[in-house]
Amino acid sequence: MKKLLSIFAVVAFAYTANAGTLDDVKNRGFLKCGVTTGLIGFAAPDDAGNWAGFDVDVCRAVAAAIFGDSSKVEFTTTTGKSRFPTLASGEIDMLARNTTWTLSRDVNLGFEFVGVNYYDGQGFMIPSALGVDDATGLDGATVCIQTGTTTELNLADFFRANGIGYEALPIETNDEARENLFAGRCDVYTTDASGLSATRAQADDPDKWVVLPNIISKEPLGPLVRHGDHQWGDVVRWSLNTLIIAEELGINSSNVDDMKSSNIPEVLRVLGVEGGYGEMLELSNDFAYNIIKQVGNYSESFDRNIGPDTPLGIGRNLNALWTDGGILYAPPFR
Amino acid sequence: MENNSNFETRKPPVATTGILGWCRLHLFSNWVNSLITLLVIYFLYQLIPWFLDWSVFSADFWTNYKGELIVDRTFCSRVADPKGDHGACWAIIIVRFYQFMYGFYPSEQVWRVNLTYFLLVVALLPLLIEKIPGRKHLIKFTIAFPIVAFILLYGGFGFQVIPTNKWGGLLVTLVLGVFGIAIAFPLGILLALGRRSQLPVISMFCTLFIEFIRGVPLITLLFFGMVMLPLFLPEGLNLDGLVRVLVAVTLFQAAYMAEVIRGGLQAIPRGQYEAAQSVGLSYWQMNRKIILPQAIRISIPSIVNTSIGLFKDTTLVIIIGLLDLLGIGRGALADATWMGLSNEVYVFVALVFFIFTFSMSRYSLYLEKKLKTGINMGAD
Repeated sequence: MKKLLSIFAVVAFAYTANAGTLDDVKNRGFLKCGVTTGLIGFAAPDDAGNWAGFDVDVCRAVAAAIFGDSSKVEFTTTTGKSRFPTLASGEIDMLARNTTWTLSRDVNLGFEFVGVNYYDGQGFMIPSALGVDDATGLDGATVCIQTGTTTELNLADFFRANGIGYEALPIETNDEARENLFAGRCDVYTTDASGLSATRAQADDPDKWVVLPNIISKEPLGPLVRHGDHQWGDVVRWSLNTLIIAEELGINSSNVDDMKSSNIPEVLRVLGVEGGYGEMLELSNDFAYNIIKQVGNYSESFDRNIGPDTPLGIGRNLNALWTDGGILYAPPFR
Repeated sequence: MENNSNFETRKPPVATTGILGWCRLHLFSNWVNSLITLLVIYFLYQLIPWFLDWSVFSADFWTNYKGELIVDRTFCSRVADPKGDHGACWAIIIVRFYQFMYGFYPSEQVWRVNLTYFLLVVALLPLLIEKIPGRKHLIKFTIAFPIVAFILLYGGFGFQVIPTNKWGGLLVTLVLGVFGIAIAFPLGILLALGRRSQLPVISMFCTLFIEFIRGVPLITLLFFGMVMLPLFLPEGLNLDGLVRVLVAVTLFQAAYMAEVIRGGLQAIPRGQYEAAQSVGLSYWQMNRKIILPQAIRISIPSIVNTSIGLFKDTTLVIIIGLLDLLGIGRGALADATWMGLSNEVYVFVALVFFIFTFSMSRYSLYLEKKLKTGINMGAD
């Protein structure tokens, strides 16, 4: 009986030692990453039960950096409401769940956003039959809105600033919003433009729906960790940066081995041929090589999950490299 | 039936037995009933062929109308050939059946889940069949079942530990439903007895507990378990997510169960208590041997009713990020491979829920018949 109780205690109460998160993760042998319960292109389980998506790739990059094996991740599904308590309580090591970087989340909730993996903005989707081509013409519309998100506040601000009224239909998940919109229970669905593309792609006839050109907010989405463990924050930050730097330098998963004999100094630094940058992070020197080899660079992940050739068909736009007219930019690897 | 031999000259009464008689009695007894019957028949005539056509005759299972294996939604007939008259695309269910049943439970360990399901049936046998041989021993197993199930599903004692974030689908739904109902039942009995207790502290505590839990929606309790509970625990101590949800679900169900059983207790005449006390039974003996068997017997319909309600309410856990049967379905729809097939997923999930809730309600009917829970109980 005593043995039984102790086993129950183990399942019920998982102790997390107060050592650094990186040491905890290394000792545990896998990374615990929080993702959505399912958002097309960003995180969803495939037929075999493996998680895949643009946000999932950030988790996989961190696992590749630490273990040299991108499969050493356990995913915990979180919703808009449960994501922050789950991260704060230490149930997960990091959160990669299309979360907008805001001052209050960064400061007041005690989290640290380590960077931006997708620059998004809030938009509106309406049935094309509505015949509205600008969001200021939506006076009196019923709007489907996800509760507990920044979009809720932006929506109120936008309508107030333009002196028009709306009726909110609060919903919990993206699926619910889609069903409500397609069933005509709301005239407008507002969320980040990426989410709108996903919703539109799921319509029986996507041409019946339009995404209005108005972008009413800045939504920098990025992975985050708990405040206070800077070493761990650095590991996640530079795993994300590696994805972007690799694209800047033209390193991808298929040419990464050849690039080891490149004559460009930064490529050699990234791939761990020269310098001891991995050791500074308490990782192996080839951590970036492992990320690129197993996950690919930023554009590979983008094209695989949400790019123009996927059902989502999202263009790079703001998320193009700074050299290509976007604002994607990573600090130098040196 | 009376003997009608004295009225031989009269015409026989309108038949009330047989198919025709039954129809006349139940469907066409007056013009309002007849109208309603005809309307319902018309709707069923419209609905059933359409649904059968969509779900079976024009539907794709493994292969599409060209005979190709369906590997993603673009192979579904209705996507590949939108102008044609095509039905459901069940490939999404077939391909993801494992996920729907077990979530992300490792496939080499899945026999443990199957064994648990099998043992659940064994544990239910003594409750379902009264005359089963060795019922007394089986009952002992039924009581021990939650512990056995826990070890099998979670691990320990030489089994590999499968953390609960790998559980999903029907497994999570059943764990929440079965454990929730099984633990809440005895808890509810204690609360009901406590509320009627003569001791003011106990009765006040039970009343407060029941009224507090009944006063808030289940979703509030789930959030409480998910968000607030970790704040009360010592730092560095994490209660497993599924356990937290289970605690919330169980407390919720226990409060409702307590009120149902209290209703049964109210219906027991005072004489039963007095008779029990007069033969010198203690409080617990009286309740165990005289009062509760009668009270529970008349509460069966309500007990099953709240249990069915709870079983369906378990889908609320999606809001705190657990992937139950419905959650797995939504996850499948979020995979670009299958997106847009929501009708298929929701119909399948509804069917699974219906199978379980309908069985529960049939079981309750069977119990009512067996125990004759009518007013004249005790007459036999």
